[in-house]
Amino acid sequence: MKLVNPRRRMRATAIAGVALAALVAAGCSSGGSSSTAASGGSSSSSSTASGQKVTLTFWTWVPNMNKVVAIWNKAHPDIQVQVQTQAGGDQELTKLLTAAKAGNPPDLAQVEYQVLPTLVTNNYLANIAQYDGGLKSDFPAGNWNQVTLGTGNLYGVPQDAAPMALFYRADLFKKYGLTVPTTWAQFAADATKLHSEAPSVFLGSFSAVDPGEFAGLTQQAGAQWWSASGSTWTVGINDATSQKVASYWQGLLASGGVDNQPQWTPAWNKGMNDGKYIAWVSDVWAPSDFPTTAPAGAGKWQMTELPQWTAGQNVAGNWGGSSTGVMAASKHQQAAAQFAAWLNTDPTATAALVSDGGIYPADTAAEAALSAPPSYFSNQPNFWTLAKQYAAAAANVTWGPDVNVAYTEFQTAFGSAAASKGSFLSPLTAVQSAVVSDMKKSGFTVAAG
Amino acid sequence: MKHAQRRTAPRLAPYAFVTPAIILYALVLLIPIGYTIYLSLEKTQVSGLGLGAGARRQVFAGLGNYSSAITDQAFDSSLLRVAIYSLILVPVMLGLALLFALLLDARRVRFQRFSRLSIFLPYAVPTVIATLLWGFLYLPTVSPFPTILAKFGLSMPNLFTTNLALLSVANVGVWGGTGFNMIVMYTALRAVPSELYEAARIDGASQAQIALRIKIPMIAPALVLTGVFSLITTLQVFNEPETLLPLTNTISQGWMPLMRVYNLAFDENNSYEAAALAVIIAAVMFAGSFFLLRVSNKRVFQGR
Repeated sequence: MKLVNPRRRMRATAIAGVALAALVAAGCSSGGSSSTAASGGSSSSSSTASGQKVTLTFWTWVPNMNKVVAIWNKAHPDIQVQVQTQAGGDQELTKLLTAAKAGNPPDLAQVEYQVLPTLVTNNYLANIAQYDGGLKSDFPAGNWNQVTLGTGNLYGVPQDAAPMALFYRADLFKKYGLTVPTTWAQFAADATKLHSEAPSVFLGSFSAVDPGEFAGLTQQAGAQWWSASGSTWTVGINDATSQKVASYWQGLLASGGVDNQPQWTPAWNKGMNDGKYIAWVSDVWAPSDFPTTAPAGAGKWQMTELPQWTAGQNVAGNWGGSSTGVMAASKHQQAAAQFAAWLNTDPTATAALVSDGGIYPADTAAEAALSAPPSYFSNQPNFWTLAKQYAAAAANVTWGPDVNVAYTEFQTAFGSAAASKGSFLSPLTAVQSAVVSDMKKSGFTVAAG
Repeated sequence: MKHAQRRTAPRLAPYAFVTPAIILYALVLLIPIGYTIYLSLEKTQVSGLGLGAGARRQVFAGLGNYSSAITDQAFDSSLLRVAIYSLILVPVMLGLALLFALLLDARRVRFQRFSRLSIFLPYAVPTVIATLLWGFLYLPTVSPFPTILAKFGLSMPNLFTTNLALLSVANVGVWGGTGFNMIVMYTALRAVPSELYEAARIDGASQAQIALRIKIPMIAPALVLTGVFSLITTLQVFNEPETLLPLTNTISQGWMPLMRVYNLAFDENNSYEAAALAVIIAAVMFAGSFFLLRVSNKRVFQGR
């Protein structure tokens, strides 16, 4: 359910940080609470008349966002934006839902595409179509559709596109005599071969804590977990396509070619760094992750297209990706919408987002900023050209109003299935029924797909 | 007449004195509890696709949240899990605490002050940090144990399997909680009049007999107290599994009852059902502690 900096990873990093702090402070700690101050969105100044100075609060977890915002603040003395850094997508959503319910959300927030419907159905996001509606032509249709939800309203400005890709250790693939897979069948064959040659090395890890990754893989295969027509939602989480993907990964896990370690744990980071995991099904935002996850692998990891179900196809799933939304409770929606448009379409801003934030902008005009590859991938000069290809081939997706419920249930059901290397079909059914029953309980009209 | 007036005046004063306390009590306890109960009887009602403004309303749900809480499999299995968890943790922790307290109270112990402090020390380490330390020790790739065990030709078992995870979490609880309970019991032991020991020794009782026949019965009230408190804390377990959650597949979001409450309220944005779960948990705990105290009151405190 993650984007630039997924929750688990942020937790793991936070854990490392806290552990370090603990070691330092162990001598004098006295049983006090170790909670860090997490203040809610401080309400912005209440001036409404134009020409007066306005301060907007902005929740985001893009690294170095304050550097990007500093450019705006310098040019717009009347509309000052104050960044309040969040830990990651999940924590921010949790805080956002609570703060919005309490009536003191920030003015602006980074909103992942998959949770946008949740916020919209709770009426927490402002419709900014009258301010930013003209930006439609700047973005790929797929991203635009995710922020309009197919209506005439606009609930956010797309920030980054997140097509999935396969990363692999070029040197170790050569060492074990593996071919870079272009289809999932080849990927499975590689896994089998690798397992027979080096049983303690894996072609990656199936991470039950990352429902967003699995959702992306099913999108690639053609699944539509949610769809809406008229006033009825259809939920197709356990349709034949998703079952195919689930059985495929269950088979890989059972064969021993793929590990079952959750991603972004200290153990997983170590495996990524020391060559225990030699492939990673990930996303074009991975360059912002690699330097901390696998510092020793710079120049050795390479990106290639996600393996396909049918040879010769070019489809990518989406894992994460987010937009900049204006909260309905904001008193300065116009100013906030103006900033959201600038952040995601102004060439200076998108260039800074790439260089400082390490994200792949959704704005189609922003490619100029992407000529130089991320420093971790200096061995792949065409890194961003590839990313652009994958983004163009990303599957269309409609997110439902309770993705959070689906993802929570996924982590529970697939967690125990991955731990026991058992069937993946019953957890898939568990997710489907949890989502359907949650939606029915809330009064949605639901048809099971 | 004069007489009657004189009697009413002092009767008002006590009320004036308790008013601040009652107001505070109402503000911080009664009103939140009442609000929780109110929330537990509500739910959201969506119309259509739920996308328009005002498509989501809060309506009365009756006991719907309670019935779905009771039939919620995740919640039921978390209740069972916490029951097993306390059955493991409380006896082990209190047993160790009692053992240490008796050992420290025995006459010929060297380094008494040092031992007392070092047993107590883990209690001073914040739970989250203690759990992180243990979590890192449990993960084979970052733990020093596999290397040490390999020297003896042994391998480290996976401590996060479905069966062992509960023990692994309980271990953190034992490590952190033993010291505190030991101090409570030790303090109670020091309060036992030494004439009793002298009398016992004159009668020829051994140290073990003194411990079993005199010391333990004499500190029974302290044992009951620590037992009830430990049980309540154990049933509220949240920090340890929540901290270990990102490290393993085995511990899920609703692994323990309070985690399920948190998960429902914040991850799934359903404060109504979360409130119902909270009410159920509170009722169970209240009934449990009440029952325990009733039973132990009869046995321990009778005749005093």
